[in-house]
Amino acid sequence: MNSAFEAVSKNIETAAGWQQKYRQIMLLGKQLPVMPEVLKVDDALVKGCESKVWLYIDFDHTENSLVLAGDSDTRIVKGLLALILALYNGLTPEQAAQINAYDEFERLGLISHLSPSRGNGIKAMVDKIQTMAEQKQ
Amino acid sequence: MFDITKIRADFPILNETVNEQPLVYLDSAATSQKPQAVINALSRFYSHENANVHRGRHTLSENATRNYEQTRTLLADYFSVKSNEIVWTKGATESINLIANGLASRLNPGDKIALSAIEHHANIVPWQQLAQRTGAEVIILPIENDLTINSVHCSEFIKQQEPKIVAITHASNTLGNITDLAPIINACKAINAISIVDGAQAAMHLRPNLQEISCDFYVFSAHKMLGPTGLGGLYGRFELLNSLDVYQTGGEMIETVNLTHSTFRDAPGKFEAGTPNIAGVIAFSEAINYLISLDFQQMRQHEHTVFDYAIKQLSAIDGINIYSNQTDNIGNISFNYRDEHPFDLATLLDGFGVAVRSGHHCTQPIMSHLGIPGTVRASFALYNTKADVDAFISAVKSSIELLD
Repeated sequence: MNSAFEAVSKNIETAAGWQQKYRQIMLLGKQLPVMPEVLKVDDALVKGCESKVWLYIDFDHTENSLVLAGDSDTRIVKGLLALILALYNGLTPEQAAQINAYDEFERLGLISHLSPSRGNGIKAMVDKIQTMAEQKQ
Repeated sequence: MFDITKIRADFPILNETVNEQPLVYLDSAATSQKPQAVINALSRFYSHENANVHRGRHTLSENATRNYEQTRTLLADYFSVKSNEIVWTKGATESINLIANGLASRLNPGDKIALSAIEHHANIVPWQQLAQRTGAEVIILPIENDLTINSVHCSEFIKQQEPKIVAITHASNTLGNITDLAPIINACKAINAISIVDGAQAAMHLRPNLQEISCDFYVFSAHKMLGPTGLGGLYGRFELLNSLDVYQTGGEMIETVNLTHSTFRDAPGKFEAGTPNIAGVIAFSEAINYLISLDFQQMRQHEHTVFDYAIKQLSAIDGINIYSNQTDNIGNISFNYRDEHPFDLATLLDGFGVAVRSGHHCTQPIMSHLGIPGTVRASFALYNTKADVDAFISAVKSSIELLD
């Protein structure tokens, strides 16, 4: 597991009760760099979300690593997005393919957020990143 | 007397816990909960009565047909209309599509179809499609700044614009606002416009007398009236209904078929192609019986009391914006907290066991008008109580603390 993710997920994992968990998630979202408005274009929107999620997935050829940036108009989804970014950012495609986001969210007690019916697009984000990682391998 | 304790006991789901909290169900505008009698009827039908309707001379088939048709009569009585004026569909959405499709051949290029600005997408998109197919034009009835429909303004507009069709909601799903239909229907009659009323939200709360309202069509969904999902229907004034072009064709709806030509049954049969939702219709009779077993005035009084209490409590919270009309309302409250996204508030409320809906509620034009991405909607029904409101308000306050 990468250390960036470990650092950000620690507070969620140890949060007492669901309210504290959500508080930590929203705090994470707050710490995510604000995306410039010019980048918040429809082409970058992840489809199937009730909330708006803009996600950029790029590939750094010199470093052979994934470069991710994203933002959301809701606090909770933005926090979950921050977790996903921490999980995948800077990984090689091979490393990314090894990651099981479901297991990680399960461990944090957040698995319900990955269910397709939630409409928050977390699953769509993970799928999009995994597809990119597979293509670059 | 309206015995709320007994009523709540009739709805088994109200005893559920979600997220380790007692369920507070405030999403009846999306779908109402079902009394035990409806649940039993579904099970009883499949266990003991299952057979196809309108064919077969065996006893089960005859019983099923009788129960199926008796539900039509029961609902016709509920709406104060005739049973051959009720068509079963899979829901209000299909009902509107059936009507729009059936009116296609009488529209000419340049004809106007008038809608209100607060319609559900189901009462917008079929008309847009119809307009595209026929060269007709969709026009929008005037709306007040607070998103209420002023019937006088609308009536004047209708008389001025002379649309061929007017489609309007009886009560807004997003806001709960009740439309004062009488002046609008009168205006339609004055210019011979066909009137279609979307009763998906109002059919349970307002127990409408359609003879009095005297619209041409009224559509509803059974699952928003204590009945099963996958069932709805429409009322149509018989002569007009019977003259509509058929929607779907096939078995059941025909009179005679040879290989080159078929003749159709009269309404309602000709609009019910294929095997219908027999179990749903028969179980729906229990929902209607349940509703009519309650005194209407007492039920509305109870709903008013709970709604007024919710409005009062919610308004008292600093930073809450309520978009719904607070007087003429079936019981749906759309609101936001400051500029917080409704998704966040609804997600936190769910953590407290409070089921509300967030989003645009299939009314994107309303959200554009308000300049917001969506609202949180708490919608109440006859089985909700002041205790539900207390739990809801406490959850809103705790959620706000988490957001601030």
